[in-house]
Amino acid sequence: MSAPTSMGLDNRKMAFWAFIGSECLLFGSLISTYLVYKGKSIVGPYPPEILNIPFTSVSTFDLLMSSLMMVLALAAVQRGDMKWGKIWLFSTALLGLVFLGGQVMEFTEFVHKGLTIGTNLFGCTFFVLTGTHGAHVTVGVLWLLTLWVRALQGKLGRANAMTVEITGLYWHFVDVVWIVIFTVVYLIQ
Amino acid sequence: MSAEHGAAERHAHPTVGVYLRVAAALVILTVLEVGVFYVPAFHVVLVPVLLVLSAAKFTLVVMFYMHLKDDDKFFSFLFGAPLVIAVGVMVALLFLFFGALTLRGVAGAG
Repeated sequence: MSAPTSMGLDNRKMAFWAFIGSECLLFGSLISTYLVYKGKSIVGPYPPEILNIPFTSVSTFDLLMSSLMMVLALAAVQRGDMKWGKIWLFSTALLGLVFLGGQVMEFTEFVHKGLTIGTNLFGCTFFVLTGTHGAHVTVGVLWLLTLWVRALQGKLGRANAMTVEITGLYWHFVDVVWIVIFTVVYLIQ
Repeated sequence: MSAEHGAAERHAHPTVGVYLRVAAALVILTVLEVGVFYVPAFHVVLVPVLLVLSAAKFTLVVMFYMHLKDDDKFFSFLFGAPLVIAVGVMVALLFLFFGALTLRGVAGAG
């Protein structure tokens, strides 16, 4: 529980929104780099030859559903229903793990097809952008599992709803970044 | 009363029903995005349509799941200001790289 502030806002939440703002700049620069080098690779494989839209669409659906699980977890914790809070928190982490599994499969397939981070400009910008996003998802999954374990230990309850809300902010931000990546990288080829 | 409880009372979060409706909207928008990608008739307007659909999904998550719609406007500022800068940098770089190439091409042709 945080100390009162002169603005009447939770200082952890304020700090976290400032952090998310800085993350906007990080991902903005990575997406800009991808766009600037788009179509400038002089050797293949090129995006239309290698990107698997149906597979990535399922990953996108998975991440969107994980965001739903996250808000359901927050709603449950806020009303003190820790049974469902634990279920939704674990579901969110599980869907995050499924997304990561999909990304590992995708990266492995690309490497087998000859696309690595050093192959061409597409490979370099693609792996850096989606890899950075994947690293954020990994941090989010670890964070969610930590909360879930704390909930199992009885150390997470209605009084800690702000902790779950801040975790949710991070998770939803990871989701909105993917919404942009899915459109810019996969659908606009 | 802590700032946490004070803020929670002032800014009530959406209900579970709202969360489910937003999820349904997100799924429909994603299906539309993928559908538009596969329908050749839409290829002329593919980029603007995809950008609009993506922006709609982005807005729904930020407004309802991240609670910016009902939360304090200062949080919107903390998120919105860097977002505007990031989008501005993106647009400026695209003009710088692709706009400059076009102008050079026109100048060369002349």
